[in-house]
Amino acid sequence: MSSLQMPKVDNAIMSKKDKIASDLRGIINSKNVLSNPDELRPFETDGLTAYRQMPLLVVMPETVEEVSQILKYCNENKVKVVPRGAGTGLSGGSMPLEDCVLMAMGKFNKIIEIDYENRCVVTQPCVTNLAITHAVQDKGFYYAPDPSSQIACSIGGNVAENSGGVHSLKYGATTNNLLGIQVVLMDGTVTKFGGKAMDAEGYDLLGLMTGSEGLLGVITEVTVKILKSPEVVKAALVGFPSIEDAGNCVAEIIAEGCIPAGMEIMDKALTKATNDYSKAGYPTDAEAMMIVEFDGTEHEVEAYIQKTKEIAEKNNSSSLKISKTNEERLKFWAGRKAAFPACGVLAPDYMCMDGSIPRGKLAEVLNEISRLSKKYNLPVANAFHAGDGNLHPLIMFDANDKESLRKCEEFGADILKYCVKVGGALTGEHGVGIEKRELMCEAFNDRDIQQQLTIKVALDPNSLLNPGKVYPILRKCAEEGRVHVHGGKTKFPDIPRF
Amino acid sequence: MSMEEKQNSQTSLDFNQNIFKPTSREEIVEIVKTCYRKNIPLEINGLKSKNKIGRNFQSEKTLDLSDYKGIIDYKPEELYIKVKAGTSLKEIIGELDKNNQQLAFEPNDFGYLFSGQSNSGSIGGVVSCNFAGSRRFKVGSVRDHILGFQGINGKGETIKSGGTVVKNVTGYDLSKLVSGSFGTLTILTELSIKVLPKPETSKTLIIKNPHLKKALDFLGRALSSSTDPSGGVFYPDYFGKDFVLNDLTHDGGLTAIRIEGPTNSVDQRANRLSKELGLLDHELSILDSEQSNIFWSRTKNLEVFKSLKSNLLRIVLPMSETLQVIQKLKNFEIKYFIDWGGGLIWASFDQLNTKILSEIKDTVKKHQGYITLIKVEEDLKASADIFTIDPIKYKISEKIKRSFDPKRIFNPGKMYTGI
Repeated sequence: MSSLQMPKVDNAIMSKKDKIASDLRGIINSKNVLSNPDELRPFETDGLTAYRQMPLLVVMPETVEEVSQILKYCNENKVKVVPRGAGTGLSGGSMPLEDCVLMAMGKFNKIIEIDYENRCVVTQPCVTNLAITHAVQDKGFYYAPDPSSQIACSIGGNVAENSGGVHSLKYGATTNNLLGIQVVLMDGTVTKFGGKAMDAEGYDLLGLMTGSEGLLGVITEVTVKILKSPEVVKAALVGFPSIEDAGNCVAEIIAEGCIPAGMEIMDKALTKATNDYSKAGYPTDAEAMMIVEFDGTEHEVEAYIQKTKEIAEKNNSSSLKISKTNEERLKFWAGRKAAFPACGVLAPDYMCMDGSIPRGKLAEVLNEISRLSKKYNLPVANAFHAGDGNLHPLIMFDANDKESLRKCEEFGADILKYCVKVGGALTGEHGVGIEKRELMCEAFNDRDIQQQLTIKVALDPNSLLNPGKVYPILRKCAEEGRVHVHGGKTKFPDIPRF
Repeated sequence: MSMEEKQNSQTSLDFNQNIFKPTSREEIVEIVKTCYRKNIPLEINGLKSKNKIGRNFQSEKTLDLSDYKGIIDYKPEELYIKVKAGTSLKEIIGELDKNNQQLAFEPNDFGYLFSGQSNSGSIGGVVSCNFAGSRRFKVGSVRDHILGFQGINGKGETIKSGGTVVKNVTGYDLSKLVSGSFGTLTILTELSIKVLPKPETSKTLIIKNPHLKKALDFLGRALSSSTDPSGGVFYPDYFGKDFVLNDLTHDGGLTAIRIEGPTNSVDQRANRLSKELGLLDHELSILDSEQSNIFWSRTKNLEVFKSLKSNLLRIVLPMSETLQVIQKLKNFEIKYFIDWGGGLIWASFDQLNTKILSEIKDTVKKHQGYITLIKVEEDLKASADIFTIDPIKYKISEKIKRSFDPKRIFNPGKMYTGI
């Protein structure tokens, strides 16, 4: 890892590895405690593959009671715990620490109940996002949030990161589609927040847990809303001669009162790359390409598509194609959903950023990204959930070249700082993790962060659950400006980290 | 800081008064810092439309935020409005109307219940109570529309969370936590709220039907259909006469289902839904946009309980449990109506005492729901729990409370003893 520093390794814990392993084998089935390097290797990284770290041990509990007992044991013995779902997260939220027990939740992989009367599904956390839809689609239902990794990412991980997706403009992110969770706190307490009713009593602890990136509890059960699938879904594929035209078109569609189910923009570089990769039939000569999708009844969708057509033409669209069949619509999406692998073909590595910006600032931000790309001499391709202002620049680099990784990190940080500067956010859906931890000071001042830290301390006083994630290493942001650790030398190396 | 705020901040605080009416954030900070230093509990009020909800508690001073108001920033094309917390909902809705936009969560107007006339309160109060109207099952609650906030914690520190963009997962989602916290965690100063375009039109299917079981069946099927309804209520016979409208002469029990969207789509969906539900002409009335809006506005305003003397309970539960719970509640003298397509019961009780209340609470709890006492007689209010909570969540909530308000000076005891 280049310039990121993780919490100080507890040597006393390192030296007790065998004892801890043996104690844990007394709590759960011994074959579910992994300690050999060969067994640990698959867990050394998550979706943010530029950073790797082997954990001390891996545990794979099978029951809620086991999760509770492991956490209780680790809490009493001051052992750090990093929870992990499917390991597809893009911000390093489940990257292990050298002295941690990595809690892999993979065995919690069953759907518990499908309840059509209350239109919800109760499931274990390591069921994949898409498996929920698969389980209910024969009755015409689906689970709305659809992160690109939905084939592999776990619903528990979605809750931890408050994942979004291309359809969150109309249907919201995980937090808006979640009814309840069962959670185990660091001291082993098992509790439920929410349930099958639409609201829960008292403080919204469900809302607090959602998106807390595994710092407050380990999720052991999830209840999500399911929706009836729309009758008709149609998409339009529109090319534009400039990013400005595409941006204006998005703003006008929203201003007209249309809320599409999804509205995506890709720049020329990504349009070309994805088209080469997936043969989606994209307008590769366009400077920007938009996919806009509407769902609802036939009349409704027709009316919106017609309106979109008029707005696109007014904004100088260079090409426009409406999906005639569902197959064609899926083909429109195939390229967009293959954006990551397509970039993988172009460069040895890429880093996907995740800033959120006001829709109206799209052209300005993309121009800045283009300037930075020249400055750092690293190519970049841009995908954008245009409807809700979530930008995904894909920076291409070579992870084997330390200088290239360093430049990529700085380039990414500059993009995110610019997002905050224009009124946006550091992360729209990937989470802060380790990736954007030091940038928190760009978005929040010391008091804001301190308030969040006091909540962390209230629920995990020893700061053992997923430490070193989300919050900057130094807490005095306001005084320090952006915290950046050079070669492990910090001004206050011993300040506790959260 | 604006010029107005600068001028106000120069005014030194007279701490002898019992009611503070600040107009600047700096004043609020000064008040809270003083209260923190001197351990003085504060009652926090907006426009007092809902201040009777919650436990009675002792407070030496009152912080009245009704003059801390104004729209800070409204960007219709970005779908958000940023306001000061004391701004009236009426002002906000008036401003959104100009751009044909709305707060989709349709907050209840408790003015009719508590004072016999409209008082939809301040936006700070709406967020603090988190009571959403009939679109709940489609668009979420108040908390789902809060993009970010600025507030003052119990030490007098200004804190913020979230922002003005829809997609934002930077740090803990404190906007959710402060929604529905009844002013016990932070004094909200600024709120950024998601706004949405108003639907082009609305139609309401009124099914003449006095039976709850049948009504819940209609509602369940409607909500599980692809016709995408945005409201579903049931009023028993005794409330039918409250809804006499031009196109509704029926004065008995009724089930109402709302369809909203572009005109041709609404027509198509309304027709389809009536066919799917197998409705015959004589048992159906259809309200057009204007009458439909009047109907749902009366529902949102709880007008059937206008000036109700006492004992209104709000019961939230899984839809599958509603029938059984109502059957058990019928052992008492009650009047009720069902909202949220079956997931919410508003019930008034002629007689209510701690024994009956405890019985009701047990019943609702068994059916995975919870009760909030909205309006009850004073002696019952003094002896009963207004909100319910289990011991584990109480322990967690107590810690959360302390992390925001370490000396418990904000609305202490309004939700729970010790919180």
